Amino acid sequence: MKERVVITGMGIVCPLGNSVAQMWEGLMSGRHGINTNTLFDASAYPTTFDAEVKNFDLSSVVKNPALHSQSNRGSAFVLGAAVEACRQAGIDTETDSPADGIDRACMGIYLGAGEGAMDSQAFFTAIVKGWDSQKQQMDWSVWMDTTFEIMTAAHELEQETNMPVAHLAVLTGAQGMIRSCLTACAASTQAIGEAAMLIRRGRADVIITGGAHSMIHPLGLMGFNRLTALSTRNDSPATASRPFSASRDGFVLGEGGAVVILESLASAKKRKAKILAEIIGFGSSNDAFRVTDMHEEARGAVQAIRSALADAGVDIHDIDYISTHGTSTSENDTIETLAIKKVFGEYAYKVPCSSPKSQFGHLIGATGCAELITCVLAIQENMLPATMNLHDPDPALDLDYVPNRPRKAKIDTVLKESFGFGGQNNVLVIRRFSES
Amino acid sequence: MEQRRVVITSVGVVSPLGLGVDDFWAGLMEGRCGIGRIRSFDPVRMPCQIAGEAPDYAIRDYIPKSYRKAAKLMCRDIELSVIAADEAIRNSGYISRAIDPERVNLRPERTAIDFGSGIISCELPEIAPSVALSATDGRFDMKKWGREGLPTVTPLWLLKYLPNMLACHIGIIHDIQGPSNTITCGEVSSHIAITEAAEMIQRNHADVALAGGGEAKVNPLLIVRQCLLKRATFTGNEDPQSACRPFDAGASGSVFGEGAGVLILEDYSQARQRGAAILAEFVGGASSYTAMDSYIFMKDGRGLEIAIEQALKQAAIEPEQLDLIIPHGTGIARDDRVEAETLQRVLGSAASKTAVWPIKGQVSHTGSASGAIDLIAAVQAIRYQTIGAAYNFEVPAEGCKLHIPREPIQKNIRYVLCCGYSFGGQTAAVVLKKFEGGRT
Repeated sequence: MKERVVITGMGIVCPLGNSVAQMWEGLMSGRHGINTNTLFDASAYPTTFDAEVKNFDLSSVVKNPALHSQSNRGSAFVLGAAVEACRQAGIDTETDSPADGIDRACMGIYLGAGEGAMDSQAFFTAIVKGWDSQKQQMDWSVWMDTTFEIMTAAHELEQETNMPVAHLAVLTGAQGMIRSCLTACAASTQAIGEAAMLIRRGRADVIITGGAHSMIHPLGLMGFNRLTALSTRNDSPATASRPFSASRDGFVLGEGGAVVILESLASAKKRKAKILAEIIGFGSSNDAFRVTDMHEEARGAVQAIRSALADAGVDIHDIDYISTHGTSTSENDTIETLAIKKVFGEYAYKVPCSSPKSQFGHLIGATGCAELITCVLAIQENMLPATMNLHDPDPALDLDYVPNRPRKAKIDTVLKESFGFGGQNNVLVIRRFSES
Repeated sequence: MEQRRVVITSVGVVSPLGLGVDDFWAGLMEGRCGIGRIRSFDPVRMPCQIAGEAPDYAIRDYIPKSYRKAAKLMCRDIELSVIAADEAIRNSGYISRAIDPERVNLRPERTAIDFGSGIISCELPEIAPSVALSATDGRFDMKKWGREGLPTVTPLWLLKYLPNMLACHIGIIHDIQGPSNTITCGEVSSHIAITEAAEMIQRNHADVALAGGGEAKVNPLLIVRQCLLKRATFTGNEDPQSACRPFDAGASGSVFGEGAGVLILEDYSQARQRGAAILAEFVGGASSYTAMDSYIFMKDGRGLEIAIEQALKQAAIEPEQLDLIIPHGTGIARDDRVEAETLQRVLGSAASKTAVWPIKGQVSHTGSASGAIDLIAAVQAIRYQTIGAAYNFEVPAEGCKLHIPREPIQKNIRYVLCCGYSFGGQTAAVVLKKFEGGRT
């Protein structure tokens, strides 16, 4: 017997705001969260702007801030998102002996979570001291002495990719299936999909899932700049993220934490939790092509979409809206459009597809969950988020991208796509909940 | 509908005991130790100067000609994993694109990959010249870095160190197009990856899966980290081979290392149809979270116990049916104590006779790879119906009443439990069973 999987809570900390309501208001009013970098001096980088979380104070959000005081930005954001999501779902994270009727051994966590920022100051300082420029090699003795003097255990630990889940487990008391994954930009979509499979197969009643990531640090920004993946439109950050437009020149690096509470329908009913939507399909695939590029014929993307549709047991014509990966890079938007055309044929021109990244940037590991939340809201509010800054459509990209203005539409079934470096493709199908 | 059965039909491993499963198993049986003074950089001022390092290899030997230029995008974690995957495929009877593109019999879109990976630290000598260019008066200058240092970093630098690249390169080499995931749960990453790969087959999203993990912890930054966390031993530099002492009264910390392990998991009916040799059956896997002290050391073993209970429940067995446990056993005394107490609690009266065989004294602690390597040891134990002697186990640590064999044991081994925990607090357990036929 397969369990149906429903969403009973949502929370977000992102560049458009630190709650679901703020994020949605931002999307609907056409706001953006993209400004000059304030986290470190990036003034000499090729890209000087980004999409940062603003005014987020973890200590005012969690019940015991001392337990999380060293957490990295990604961990902090996902804690904030989880508190909001749990509150909506009726999961108690605020008292010491929760009486919410959920057995913690049957409550899991599955995040698509990124690494924490490196201790850049210490990292760079130790190398500057430890590099022997005469011999052009490391003087390990100097490097090690410097490192042990300036690096701290706590900062080192908090960089590890499993720490966001650790903080979330401490916050929520969850001791059921605990997992985290990191499949680049597809990570939180994958986490949600795999979590849904665990619930479907009865391995957990409730899973707190989503993503946490910030790569806005000197090495993260450097890495993406060297790949020439980022927009360098430094004179106009507000319009830099322009998916599907002819003048797009890369993505805008963002950060955030996003959480959805997945639950078996039986558990949600037993607890009388409000059901926000149902997850009905998941597809995952691997391009197996190149680590540097997406498959030219969109092979992996097509397979992931088809797998998700098959898993959901729906036909292409059942899909009312596609939430794209839509990064605003030349390659992604072209290949993604091709994938949609290959799967949907003529119907591709009738199904609206848009990219909220045009407003909140690319939250990397957390982006899939953030966008899934916009899909749930689209179903609830009968409104589609827009693709902003789409004033000069790429002639080769001719789908209905919901340009520049949110649109009223009654939709029931939504496809959410995420693609990651290395050829990781993950796709979810969600539906308006109905009993039958 | 009953779920599909998942069997293991091949393994591949790179460890400090050797390249390949034969060297690995022979090393375990002969009582060899793969731990020594660090060779890959001069550990001169490290409090811990020892590690488990893999033998030398030429990565080009493991990559098809057409893909060799990608070798420069492979950090060491990726290389080790590519080598282990190569062996696992070659031993499986499957022919992938890399083995012979003319005779492929592995269906790309029905083959999954699920890999455990660590946080990969960059190679310092590679980036150091760029950083050094960015100094003004001996201090790092962010503006100068942006202008002068950054443009000299190799363009694809980031791709070399993304955790998912282990699975991505293996996927490209062998043409694996099905579900693909990379688990990043610290030191239980590969226990969980293998469990999830089995689930992909159970739920019919794939027929075959490459599952495992790889990590190269012998990187200056990672050794520094383990020293700062006080998890590495500081007293083993003079006598590296006796440094890692799981459950022993003289345990003073762990010794970190590098390695990779890959298992081929497969739908039983498909394995039977193609006449594959079945090495063992996957019968249960679970994960949980346990309370920690400062997120570094286990405070109690409740989360480990939950993972074990859930895995046993899936396997539909009682604890006393276990014939062997390969524990996490790191040699970190306080963690070993909690793990021993937990296993004693789970086993109850069976604790005095259930063999517990820690292998990190010989293999070292390979982080995200350790679960896969433990599971490969479990597969070999089942194949050869043999349990090796625990290495560096002389006087049991206080409170440790586990049955840890000092001599090899030959016996009927049906059920094996591999369990683990991580800094951070994640725990995991996997149960394997000797394959005994039955319904598909």
